[in-house]
Amino acid sequence: MIDSSLTELAAALAGRRVSSVELTQEALARIAAHQDLNAFITVDEAGALEAARAADDRRAQGTGGPLVGIPLAHKDVFCTEGLATTCGSRMLANFVSPYDAHVVSRLRAAGAVCVGKTNMDEFAMGSSNENSYFGPVKNPWDRERIPGGSSGGSAVAVAAGMVPIATGTDTGGSIRQPASLCGVTGIKPTYGVVSRYGMVAYASSLDQGGAFARSAQDCALLLSAMAGFDSRDSTSLDRPPEDYTRGLDQPLAGLRIGLPKEFFADGLAADVRAALDGALAEYRRLGATLVEVSLPNARLAIPAYYVIAPAEASSNLSRFDGVRYGHRAAEYSDLQDMYSRSRAEGFGAEVKRRILIGTYVLSHGYYDAYYIQAQKLRRLIAQDFAAALNECDVIAGPVSPTTAWRIGEKSDDPVQMYLSDIYTIAVNLAGLPGLSLPAGVGAEGLPVGLQLIGNYFAEARLLNAAHQFQLATDWHQRRPPAT
Amino acid sequence: MSLTPEAVHHIARLARIAMNADEEKATRDKLDGIFALIEAMQAVDTTGVEPMSHPQDIAQRLRPDEVTESDRRDAFQNIAPQTAGGLYLVPRVIE
Repeated sequence: MIDSSLTELAAALAGRRVSSVELTQEALARIAAHQDLNAFITVDEAGALEAARAADDRRAQGTGGPLVGIPLAHKDVFCTEGLATTCGSRMLANFVSPYDAHVVSRLRAAGAVCVGKTNMDEFAMGSSNENSYFGPVKNPWDRERIPGGSSGGSAVAVAAGMVPIATGTDTGGSIRQPASLCGVTGIKPTYGVVSRYGMVAYASSLDQGGAFARSAQDCALLLSAMAGFDSRDSTSLDRPPEDYTRGLDQPLAGLRIGLPKEFFADGLAADVRAALDGALAEYRRLGATLVEVSLPNARLAIPAYYVIAPAEASSNLSRFDGVRYGHRAAEYSDLQDMYSRSRAEGFGAEVKRRILIGTYVLSHGYYDAYYIQAQKLRRLIAQDFAAALNECDVIAGPVSPTTAWRIGEKSDDPVQMYLSDIYTIAVNLAGLPGLSLPAGVGAEGLPVGLQLIGNYFAEARLLNAAHQFQLATDWHQRRPPAT
Repeated sequence: MSLTPEAVHHIARLARIAMNADEEKATRDKLDGIFALIEAMQAVDTTGVEPMSHPQDIAQRLRPDEVTESDRRDAFQNIAPQTAGGLYLVPRVIE
């Protein structure tokens, strides 16, 4: 039953053909059966069953929306009151938040049943989920391969059918890239649409929460419940609530899809390119027209990102000092030594690297050359998107230059790891919404995602374009072997 | 650009991350590769471009200067490594 779409699950719950307790038990059994994938850091069996019973009561009274009684998993970056929030770090290995993230309280209020917290790259820094203190997550399509990151656990939980929906965050591609590599649908909305309150901060001007599901329709239902103004996030946008499912049925005839020539050039693997060409041909059959657009500064996105994100990270992560919460070293000589040792022990190698980069680019004498220059490039990149979106309705391109790579293949080479985010990072710098949908398979039968990028607040448009594709194709319904 | 060993030592100290000499060396090698990537930025003429710090270029929202939080000191101190009498304890800093 749990493999059904959210719409079908909601109808079955409403018709009392299945109970939330039954669905939750099914989710918990799947999680237990796939422990080898390491998708979860914390599973909350007792809490989930209690929430499921409450959801069944609510269904019996006929109140609430489509998510009442639906099992869901949260990326372990979202604070959950009373349940561990580790952020994939030793620093927070024993941290239990005294409050809920806005996203968590909204989804709880919507009746969704949280079954646990998913594995992730430490502090959301990574593209392979190998940077977790709790061990790497494995790709269900091939357990020798990475699932992508940083929201790898959430992508795998959905791909392997443990939960129908999961939350994630995307600072440079951390929803879209694992969605692509695991064959699920994932959306990162416009910056400011989902509250960052209670979401452990990495790079605050780029971080944005979003949704994973098996289909665009299910993503639309989840995002509708997640999004909304929150006065506790100073960058939350005060806009009227949106129903992201409203435009799903619109036909695509006349839709202009822009293909950035820089995205279909050197560096894109031939098998990924072939899968994307097939998907774009399907879009043409659905009535869309394809036009070439240009993002001339896209190649600067990675350098600019690896200044801005580490700069913000070095500032954000200064709060982990072993005083108010998080890891404190057992031995130290004085206060400075306590800070330095607690941080040295609590943070993993990649997090330390990014803190050091950020500290350097913000330090005296380098600020203008690095930080301000990166912010200027950020504007050029955003202007490129604005110009391109004048010539088309949505932009389409790859998510990742390759399919999922082998565990360990890039883990000792940060530069190669960073380059794998070439197609996703620019979207975060511009603050635009982006979506990844299963679009085909590569040479070894591994999933390939197509990225759709829209103008600010065009989430419903992106979801519509993805949904129409999913009505005509079955890539999103394919399941990894042995799940 | 290549970072000197002294520069790595200095930023590790600024960032309050304890590192021994071997760790500093290994970190320096990795950071050199990353800064080589970042240097591509310097080739672009950005004269007259306004730096962008927020996607929508919106100003910070203001709110009335009112107390909105309740007192949850116990809940917040329960998760601290060391507290006493409502205070956070750290090593002695004033002799």
